[in-house]
Amino acid sequence: MNGVHDMGGLQSFGPVRPEPNEPPFHAPWEKRALALTLAMGATGSWNIDQSRAARESLPPGKYLTSSYYKIWIEGLTKLMLERGFITPAELASGRMQSPPAKVARILRAADVSIALARGSPTVRETTGAPRFKTGYNIRTSNWNPATHTRLPRYCRDKPGVIEKVHGCHVFADADAQGDPRPEWLYSVRFEARDLWGEHTTASAVYVDLWEPYLQGG
Amino acid sequence: MDLRVRTLESLLVEKGYVDPAALDRLIETYETKIGPRNGARVVAKAWVDAKFRAWLLEDASAAIASLGFTGRQGEHLIALENTPRVHNMVVCTLCSCYPWPVLGLPPVWYKSAPYRSRAVIDPRGVLREFGVTLPEDVEVRVWDSTAEVRYLVLPQRPAGTGGWSEDRLADLVTRDSMIGTGLALDP
Repeated sequence: MNGVHDMGGLQSFGPVRPEPNEPPFHAPWEKRALALTLAMGATGSWNIDQSRAARESLPPGKYLTSSYYKIWIEGLTKLMLERGFITPAELASGRMQSPPAKVARILRAADVSIALARGSPTVRETTGAPRFKTGYNIRTSNWNPATHTRLPRYCRDKPGVIEKVHGCHVFADADAQGDPRPEWLYSVRFEARDLWGEHTTASAVYVDLWEPYLQGG
Repeated sequence: MDLRVRTLESLLVEKGYVDPAALDRLIETYETKIGPRNGARVVAKAWVDAKFRAWLLEDASAAIASLGFTGRQGEHLIALENTPRVHNMVVCTLCSCYPWPVLGLPPVWYKSAPYRSRAVIDPRGVLREFGVTLPEDVEVRVWDSTAEVRYLVLPQRPAGTGGWSEDRLADLVTRDSMIGTGLALDP
């Protein structure tokens, strides 16, 4: 989806403002927002690409004016409403008014350390071979799906060189549609001038891209 | 937001989707156990141990796991070595991808529009906002974390630290130096 979350190359947001000795959280609700997002994710009711898709499809004005934990809460709320986990009336009252939906599992305190240490690796075994090798020239596709994608606009239809073959990983675009199929994933080097012309202070930009985004150079 | 999130939490607890004790444990983990001290230990070890450094640059996931740092948002790790010729800097232009097991949760600026938008087009301008000016002949490489691979920058070891212990060196390794928006501290 061509959305405002795809920010690479925009210049109108002003300077970066580092915060000395920044704490992990700036308000108590941010802690709960993080924990609720992780705990609901652990129920297995949606995958990480569906979470990202929910956040980036928020109304542009809301996305741009919300803190990141607020975006998480908005995304989480949207996922739960869409799937019938909660109703608008329940959300307003904070009280259960309909039976809970079935979830695959519930994260218990005793399992938190193990679950976090395990994570969710996305690499998959495959018998196939990657189409490209390190050093190959490629060109990215002119790629504009209305659904979730991880090919940023600034590096579409651009020449690049394969820096590294990462392996076969769950393909974000398909995963967001509920199809966890893997595709070869590459690190691709773009010369900054090929992306931005003369108006850049970068030398090169490296982006992790799946094979469906790439054509032979 | 405070009331809204509290209301949501009590609803999700009542519906049985989340265990309040698990929520507390998650918060405690990211407040006290998982943070940039982990990454600083990785960097300090790489500075004193050539074999570990080679392993880190070859297979960061395995080398970092050997120190006990694994898991969520760090399942597939790559270490990027800064040198006098090459400076690496990491961003996620599309959201907020960040190597949690070694750096903890990302700072607000990392998730903000100014950083996400300009890091890939004007990294030297962004670096100036962090008080860092690199020589003109340094190659500036920006890494956009668009998949589930996460990047840790291995900053240059400061001069004048010969013979220092890992613990002492780790105190020089800032979070920003491992994102590439800063340098390791001078002794």
